[in-house]
Amino acid sequence: MSKKLLSGPYIVWMIGFIIIPLVLIAVYGLTDKNGAVTLANVLAISTPEHSKALWLSLKLSFVSTVICLLLAYPLAMILRKRNIGKGSFVVFIFILPMWMNFLLRTLAWQSLLEKNGVINGILTFLHLPTQPLINTSGAIVLGMVYNFLPFMVLPIYNVLCKIDDSIINAAQDLGANFWQTLLLVWIPLSVPGIISGITMVFVPALTTFVISNLLGGSKILLIGNVIEQEFTKGSNWHLGSGLSLVLMVFILFSMALIAKYDKNGEGSAF
Amino acid sequence: MSQSLIDLVNISKSFDGELVLDDLNLSVKENEFVTLLGPSGCGKTTTLRIIGGFEKADTGKVIFEGQDISLLPPNKRQLNTVFQKYALFPHMNIAENIAFGLKIKNKSKSYIQDKIKYALKLVNLDGFENRTVDSLSGGQQQRIAIARAIVNEPRVLLLDEPLGALDLKLRQDMQYELIRMKKELGITFIYVTHDQEEALTMSDTIVVMNQGYIQQMGTPEQIYNEPENAFVADFIGESNILHGTMIRDELVEIFGAKFACVDRGFGTNTPVDVVIRPEDIDLVAPEDGTLVGTCTHLIFKGVHYEMEVTTPDGFEWLVHSTDMCPVGKKVGIHVDPFDIQIMNKPASEDEEVAAYDE
Repeated sequence: MSKKLLSGPYIVWMIGFIIIPLVLIAVYGLTDKNGAVTLANVLAISTPEHSKALWLSLKLSFVSTVICLLLAYPLAMILRKRNIGKGSFVVFIFILPMWMNFLLRTLAWQSLLEKNGVINGILTFLHLPTQPLINTSGAIVLGMVYNFLPFMVLPIYNVLCKIDDSIINAAQDLGANFWQTLLLVWIPLSVPGIISGITMVFVPALTTFVISNLLGGSKILLIGNVIEQEFTKGSNWHLGSGLSLVLMVFILFSMALIAKYDKNGEGSAF
Repeated sequence: MSQSLIDLVNISKSFDGELVLDDLNLSVKENEFVTLLGPSGCGKTTTLRIIGGFEKADTGKVIFEGQDISLLPPNKRQLNTVFQKYALFPHMNIAENIAFGLKIKNKSKSYIQDKIKYALKLVNLDGFENRTVDSLSGGQQQRIAIARAIVNEPRVLLLDEPLGALDLKLRQDMQYELIRMKKELGITFIYVTHDQEEALTMSDTIVVMNQGYIQQMGTPEQIYNEPENAFVADFIGESNILHGTMIRDELVEIFGAKFACVDRGFGTNTPVDVVIRPEDIDLVAPEDGTLVGTCTHLIFKGVHYEMEVTTPDGFEWLVHSTDMCPVGKKVGIHVDPFDIQIMNKPASEDEEVAAYDE
């Protein structure tokens, strides 16, 4: 009995801050202003404006995730190669920016990329033409990669650390060169880390509205911005909730993927 | 030199400033079963990893059939390794594990199938093709690791304490298995172990190593019966190591008593180390013994009794015998001349390697 009591606070927390909000979103999403049940809010995703935003979100999140993966995998390999003492220091350095506020870091990028920002300032100083950097898809992808890269590196690094050196030695011993070892041993054995890394980058990238607000201006609308605007400016909580439900389907889909590949419980974040 | 398959020439290696191998020279002949034997940290595994290409020597060369292969990466060497921790690929089944090296070499499907069948038969695990690595016991995994190595038809198989993780009974079975496989395959085995019994059972040649030096190289009989120094004598089997004085050829004095022996060429009145194996000591009536002592310890070991006989100078002689001598009884110690092994005392501190912990 006493052990069950100990879980009480957590259960209260779960009900108050997870279950009830979720139910509220579902209720809002599936009803209209008069309280009648309707699918209109969910189906609103198919309007050109909304589906364009969703499609752009999927595209930019996908590109960011791929870039993160391409950057993170070699980095995780390099981190693993160092011995534990040095390795953990490098990991520490890598995580350090995560201790700073997410908004601050993104604002910093804003002032770097602005029309009269630091980068264009340097370009002008060098008598080079200034570049339109801010308010582009590229700026949003940059913001996503910068903010979410550690979430890709850490799960891959963790799973790589669990691969025994002797297995790699065995592959080399049996004649495999670097690329064959990478393709036949490293990557198959690190699939759980890759999967959870992808989810940990793709899901927040898909739902973000802060990065697109700050680095995309009002010109580029992601699905996250659309939902945010329905809640804050449009005051249509019903439509916002309906679109959130659609997004949730995508997230649930990713979680199902994790459950399928992540048999050893590597992806602890979701 | 021409008949040797692998030559290690002046190999030195240090890790973090600590010398692990010091100017090591070793030559391995075709079709030989060579065991590198020594306590942990003696450099035996490092030697094997240098042959396999997983470590690069600081100085010196690795010669394979007259070719310098010091700079070749492991995947370009005609040798395969069996690792202590099996190192099977956990994401592949048994057949895929065995086929790994052959697929890399782009062998045909039918060739690979035949090879898998042959290898599984050789290691007595027919029909294990579709099993997962997890479902196998340690001994079975090690057999698969051997199968995975030998399908590549290496000229040399390197084995790094392959039986280290197995229990005693399984280890003994696998020793006989390895000898059988070695005969069937007709290739060179280089085997690393710290287990002297394993080394004595399987090897053609034993290389006893300590602190980066080769202490002695020879057949199991030579190593056991004629250890060259106190370390080898102590490491291989149990032994009584005594300080003695070589009076003249074929006569050695121990604790004031003169023992006839068969060794010559040590000069006169030279301090020496004397090795006498416990099973070579005969306990006789006090009046017939060269030395007289009192039995102070007695344990029944199954095959024989283990006794300690203390002589007046305080030395405890370890004696193995099938005849029992009760504690407290006065006995004479007799040793046949050919059972006494005389060794030079270490000339310097560097050679003073008898002390080790295990």
